[in-house]
Amino acid sequence: MANPSQNLGYDYTVAKWFMFACILFGIIGMGIGTLIAFQLAFPELNNIAGEYSTFGRLRPLHTNGVIYGFMLSGIWATWYYVGQRVLKVSMRESKFLMFVGKAHFIIFMITILLAVVSLFAGITTSKEYSELEWPFDIAVVVIWVLWGMSIFGLIGIRREKSLYISVWYYIAAFLGVAMLYLFNNMEVPTRLVTGMGSWIHSVSMYAGSNDALVQWWFGHNAVAFVFTVAIIAEIYYFLPKESGQPIFSYKLSLFSFWSLMFIYLWAGGHHLIYSTVPDWMQTMGSIFSVVLILPSWGSAINILLTMKGEWHQVKESPLIKFMIFASTFYMFSTLEGSIQSVKSINALAHFTDWIPGHVHDGTLGWVGFMTMAAIYHMTPRVFKKEIYSKKIMELQFTIQTLGIVLFFSSMWIAGITQGMMWRAYDDGGALLYSFIDTVVALHPYFIIRAIGGLLYLIGFFMFAYNIYKSVTSSRSIEVEPKSASPMQA
Amino acid sequence: MFSWLEKNPFFFAVFVFVVIAYAGIVEILPAFSPNARPIENRKPYTALELAGRHVYIKESCNACHSQLIRPFKAETDRYGAYSKSGEYAYDRPFLWGSKRTGPDLMRVGNYRTTDWHENHMKEPVSVVPNSIMPEYPHLFNKNADLETAYAEALTVKKVFNVPYDEAGYPKLGSYEESRKMMVEQATPIVDAMSDENVKKAFEPCRANALDSKCEIKEIVALIAYLNSLK
Repeated sequence: MANPSQNLGYDYTVAKWFMFACILFGIIGMGIGTLIAFQLAFPELNNIAGEYSTFGRLRPLHTNGVIYGFMLSGIWATWYYVGQRVLKVSMRESKFLMFVGKAHFIIFMITILLAVVSLFAGITTSKEYSELEWPFDIAVVVIWVLWGMSIFGLIGIRREKSLYISVWYYIAAFLGVAMLYLFNNMEVPTRLVTGMGSWIHSVSMYAGSNDALVQWWFGHNAVAFVFTVAIIAEIYYFLPKESGQPIFSYKLSLFSFWSLMFIYLWAGGHHLIYSTVPDWMQTMGSIFSVVLILPSWGSAINILLTMKGEWHQVKESPLIKFMIFASTFYMFSTLEGSIQSVKSINALAHFTDWIPGHVHDGTLGWVGFMTMAAIYHMTPRVFKKEIYSKKIMELQFTIQTLGIVLFFSSMWIAGITQGMMWRAYDDGGALLYSFIDTVVALHPYFIIRAIGGLLYLIGFFMFAYNIYKSVTSSRSIEVEPKSASPMQA
Repeated sequence: MFSWLEKNPFFFAVFVFVVIAYAGIVEILPAFSPNARPIENRKPYTALELAGRHVYIKESCNACHSQLIRPFKAETDRYGAYSKSGEYAYDRPFLWGSKRTGPDLMRVGNYRTTDWHENHMKEPVSVVPNSIMPEYPHLFNKNADLETAYAEALTVKKVFNVPYDEAGYPKLGSYEESRKMMVEQATPIVDAMSDENVKKAFEPCRANALDSKCEIKEIVALIAYLNSLK
């Protein structure tokens, strides 16, 4: 066999579907995000569509749309692409796995649709990133089981004996989220117990501080296993492929994988510093969040050093640039997270805009850039077409980077300003500012943030256009490129 | 050292699971039972307050308002005594929030009144100039879902032994009894409000709480809940 990857004829049907879904939900999720950012600066925008357009209704739609619509679709698109290739097995070889893949996508789309409708209607459990009510939770479990069947099914019939690093991370993402989601969504449907009231309503299994504990054990670690672990899976595959360079160090990837697995879940407690959960737990959350720097930077350094001696590629290829910047934002964002977990800094930062600022460093910079880079890399190989325009990529990169910089710098300033104003006293020992004073002070920063978000969204439209043109009207490719993705102009 | 694991997906997965589950077992389980004990004098929400809590959740008020006062002087001066774990023993779900776009509401019942809330929900800038809170006109038109609120109270009583109907605790009773109590609790709130629509819809309740024309608007339930936050 000369080149098994050529002979196998990988089947990218499901990968393609998820690629389109990823772009669609990216536009919707980021569009809503931009709208709610403007709402904070211009409150009149809250009532453009009555109760369905208030910040409170749209905010969960934004987070769910981006996290579960955009990011998960991106992760699954890459899984249905990368999985086959690193395991050296085509989905075409198994009717069953093909069926599982398609069912995975279809049930996912139906669930997302139901989620959108229910969140618009205000049907929510109120737990952040876990707002869906129990019937939709069950659908999510089905989706997750199907993904698991796909992972372990493909692994079961693999030709490649050893599991590549990306597969470790996909497995971890699957297991981690499965465990967290099940425990956090334990709830009792009230109609089933009493035979009265709404069918869709449920009550949490946990109360008060316990509920908060479980929620942030989930909330923080869902971030870990969706936005970190799964995205690392992507970069460990796509960067070496695109650059033609081997991963810098196998030992470093081993070290950072296992230590990330062990340390990450302890860090959830940092959401509860100065709350009513026990002190030792807050301290543990704080300490482990600082220690978390080691595995995070371990992965990031491993990724950056993969480019050793090849840094000229960053200049030549916008795709490499996206991935290297993604890694850099990962380092930045994890460092920022650790800083915010230090108790005295948390006292200032908690409840302020610095927190959403931090989240967006990770999501826009790390996850967003990596997801778009992955789709750019897959497009020529999945559709056998060159990327339509390198110029658009370059311009998109510049606009989006500017957007991120505006976003995080305004949120840093806004957060710290707010935190300082809340604790300011006058000489007589009375609070210096009323709450509304802090809201007024943030107005300019809210505008800058919204502009930053808008720039990122514009960049995303350019990305969508570029992919659309690549698929429909770009030059065809006869032989799959070994590394650097070909670009038409 | 781990290379054999990479050839054994089953053991690999088990290994990963054990490593990630470890933190949860150590961190969460030990604190679970002591955390759930209610503080003295803490009472579960009445059915009307629960209906209001549902409105609060439905509009995601917790996206902008916290219900957690941290133990700092600046916070206790601004909002009142800091939060204790046992105060949340009947909160399912917890509503601490994670971002303060607006102020904390944990003890808002101590310093805001029914008519203040009414004006605030109708036109926030009328009571707080420069407020960026949305207006909530639909709360004045929609009926609170009293039946689901009752179903929730009954569920937590049955499943989690929340002490409704016990001496010194709120009475729940049958749905009919509960409805009467909801009307009873709503009456002074409606009386303190000025919205004509809300008052008119409530009129039939005064004669008969079980009348099918008796309507308690979402705003009334929400204010009952906010007033109970002390």
